[in-house]
Amino acid sequence: MIFEKVQEKIAEQLGIDTDDITMESSFIEDLGADSLDIVELLMALEEEFDIEIPDEEAEKLVTVGDVVDYIKNNQ
Amino acid sequence: MNKKRVVITGLGIISPIGIGKNAFFTGLKEGQSGVDKITKFDTEGLDVKIAAEVRNFDPLDFIDKKEVKRMDRYTQFAVAASKMAVEDASLNVGALDQDRFGVCIGSGIGGLETLENQYNVMKDKGPGRVSPFFIPMMISNIAAGYISMTFNAKGPNMTIVTACASATNAIGEAYNIIKRNDADIMITGGAEASITPLAIAGFCSMKALSQRNEEPKKASRPFDKERDGFIMGEGAGILILEDLEHAIRRGARIYGEVVGYGTTADAYHITAPAPEGEGAYKAMKKAVEDAGIEPGEIDYINAHGTSTELNDKYETMAIKKLMGDYAYNVMISSTKSMTGHLLGAAGGVEAIACIMAIREGIVPPTINYEVKDENCDLDYVPNFARKVAVNYAMSNSFGFGGHNASIILKKYM
Repeated sequence: MIFEKVQEKIAEQLGIDTDDITMESSFIEDLGADSLDIVELLMALEEEFDIEIPDEEAEKLVTVGDVVDYIKNNQ
Repeated sequence: MNKKRVVITGLGIISPIGIGKNAFFTGLKEGQSGVDKITKFDTEGLDVKIAAEVRNFDPLDFIDKKEVKRMDRYTQFAVAASKMAVEDASLNVGALDQDRFGVCIGSGIGGLETLENQYNVMKDKGPGRVSPFFIPMMISNIAAGYISMTFNAKGPNMTIVTACASATNAIGEAYNIIKRNDADIMITGGAEASITPLAIAGFCSMKALSQRNEEPKKASRPFDKERDGFIMGEGAGILILEDLEHAIRRGARIYGEVVGYGTTADAYHITAPAPEGEGAYKAMKKAVEDAGIEPGEIDYINAHGTSTELNDKYETMAIKKLMGDYAYNVMISSTKSMTGHLLGAAGGVEAIACIMAIREGIVPPTINYEVKDENCDLDYVPNFARKVAVNYAMSNSFGFGGHNASIILKKYM
């Protein structure tokens, strides 16, 4: 459920198909995001899941799976 | 070293009377008005409820979905019109010397809609929710940056911000860059998208806008005695300027030549033009001198003609001072009567209107000219386009801050 929502947000922010987004996808390597895209995406997820992602944690979130796990553990 | 000759080889336009040069030319010839009720937002509480909006523009026709989201509307206009112009010029971008391929774009305001939206985000949700794209979307030079990235243009790249003179200054500076041999090709012109609640409110407070809300098609009426202010427009007018020899080598179609540019400051007032159009006169005079012609050789002037009391009166005085008795013979029109006032993009679309006059021998009219003003007694080509040969056309743009710019275009022979 969290994965699907995250997938949806990423697709919307980056203008790509949800099918191209897996738990293993790296934002920069696989999904073509740049640093500004990641900031914007994390903001959207913070709002969606009502969480706070501190900057020092955000730096560690490299793949979609990292983000999904972070949300699971912090909700 | 010999100065380079500079020609126009491509046109791209997004205007309230049409997207693409064919639709734009048709609109000008038929005297269409692009002014109507504002549809972009609720005008409740505003004194002005009309503007010349660009309709039927889908940025996805020109730009990738992801990029569209990162661009303010003014940048979407600029990039889309640049793509049109590059295609129109049959430029094979990959084959060009990228270091001699530049960009000089005018915009009076930049990404105002983005600024308003993000300010609301900050107020509603706090500063932590302001988009990381806010600054790069809003800054008024980002259109020039995007155009360079779109075409791998690594030569001179800049933005001119001189309010409503921006695009004419941009074209003039681009012309000088090629003339002095700093680039082979320049993408130039202007883009603006400031039909927003805050901009309309601001111009309303200045009493600069027409309040003829019940008759939108008749609201923009430059030089007419019953004019009551300008109509906000939006869009982009982009031209490809090219070194003549470069254009000939690649067999380019040549629309016309840029032969003169003059620019001055009023040093008088933040918004009011200098009495008798002194700065405007000097800009026109410099352009004529740069072209090495006599004022009497100019066939057509695309006036700044905003439909405001002072501009139209002083611009008329400035033309009389420049031309003497010949002022009564020169054809003058304000295409803002049809397109509204595109602010920093105005000079771009108006240079393209001059190209139509030169290429097709059809001078666009000043529509809504009904009541003669004793202060404006020249030939404003009232209401109907005129079929007549044009060798030299001058385009004027004047901006808040007292900026004045004039360029002269010539039939290519």
